[in-house]
Amino acid sequence: MSIWEYANPKKFLRSTERVLPPLWLGSAVLITGGLIWGFFFTPDDYRQGATVKIIYLHVPSALMAINAWFMMLVASLIWVIRRHHVSALAARAAAPVGLVMTLIALLTGAIWGQPMWGTWWAWDPRLTSFLVLFLFYLGYIALWQAIDDPDTAADLTSILCLVGSVFAVLSRYAVNFWNQGLHQGASLSLDKEENVADVFAYPLYVCMAGFILLFIVLVLYRTGTEIRARRMSALLARERMSE
Amino acid sequence: MIALLIRDLQLAFRAGGGFGLGLAFFLIVTVMVPFAVGPDAAGLAVIAPGVLWLGALLACLLSLDRLLSLDWEDGSLDLLATAPLPLEGVLSIKALAHWLTTGLPLVLAAPVLGVLLHLPAAGYIWIMVSLLIGTPALSVIGTFGAALTVGLKRGGLLLSLLVMPLYVPTLIFGAEAARRGALGLAGETPLLMLAGITLGTIALLPFASAAVLRVNLR
Repeated sequence: MSIWEYANPKKFLRSTERVLPPLWLGSAVLITGGLIWGFFFTPDDYRQGATVKIIYLHVPSALMAINAWFMMLVASLIWVIRRHHVSALAARAAAPVGLVMTLIALLTGAIWGQPMWGTWWAWDPRLTSFLVLFLFYLGYIALWQAIDDPDTAADLTSILCLVGSVFAVLSRYAVNFWNQGLHQGASLSLDKEENVADVFAYPLYVCMAGFILLFIVLVLYRTGTEIRARRMSALLARERMSE
Repeated sequence: MIALLIRDLQLAFRAGGGFGLGLAFFLIVTVMVPFAVGPDAAGLAVIAPGVLWLGALLACLLSLDRLLSLDWEDGSLDLLATAPLPLEGVLSIKALAHWLTTGLPLVLAAPVLGVLLHLPAAGYIWIMVSLLIGTPALSVIGTFGAALTVGLKRGGLLLSLLVMPLYVPTLIFGAEAARRGALGLAGETPLLMLAGITLGTIALLPFASAAVLRVNLR
């Protein structure tokens, strides 16, 4: 039993159909539970007041915005090396999810930044690199949509994803160099003295777990849709041939 | 390789090759800036290095879709791909030809346009050096973008969308070096970073460009 068995679309569809309902349920429970816990059962921050509660959307979506790209990178590598179609389709399916996560992180950040920093937007390194990440997602999705032949599209987008990853990391450090930020540093690290207080951190962990599950569910579901769409176009093409 | 370089240069310089279009575009962008932000000399001096860098970047970007598409249309790209010369070499030469016909003129024209923007006296050498170091990276990255979109009918806009995010680090370090130099600060660090990016892209990116071009020629 190896993970590569799921490269078979049929096997992939059969097993995801089995795991999807519990995963949907799990992510829904975790996100609603985490949000209710965070919104109603945690105290207001002594300096930020109730605005701190947007953290339960902001941090998990930012987490998934980066990890979605990372997942696309891994899937692209698998496509380039082993040429499993499911992998290419999974990368394609993940991109719009990552794009929306990036957008949520940017928007909730703006809504949070307005009362706290007094501005909707600042050219802070973190904010800027998220904006650049957003542009990378746009380019990646646009390239997928511009090419008709699915294999060519998969090849080109996966190489774009590999090259883009290198440049995204470069940009991340370049903007650090370019401007100092308003955004706080990492505050959920395991090895730091000063972190988010536990009373805020626990519901946040629940929300993060919920978002991770939500991402997995959406990607599996969308990959299944892509596989079915691909199969349908193959059937249609065959029908046209026989006419 | 040298024959290919000479061929590309001749194609660019002779009638209809579009040589000088990038340069003219650079000029027109720079001239448009004071119309947009006002003729105040002090204000222009502050933004001059950034405007010159952005203008050079846009001029590079606009000349990219000619880089491979003409050879693609008349089939010479297929011949080059089957030639004994590796495709990585072909694309490096193409990038070099693009730099010689677009990047280098921009470097030489930048100080003249700097006068129009009231660039501080200390800035001239910095803008030239930073552009000289940075524009090869723009050409090499642009070649990757051109190879990626060569088979597409409406590739032009998509090319900009794909290449612009890749230009971000180059632009940041290049404009930062020029800005610091114009203010009389030490600009060596961003300049070294810029040189690092240029050397890295020259060394590695032709492999990616050749890989995507092979896919497109399949």
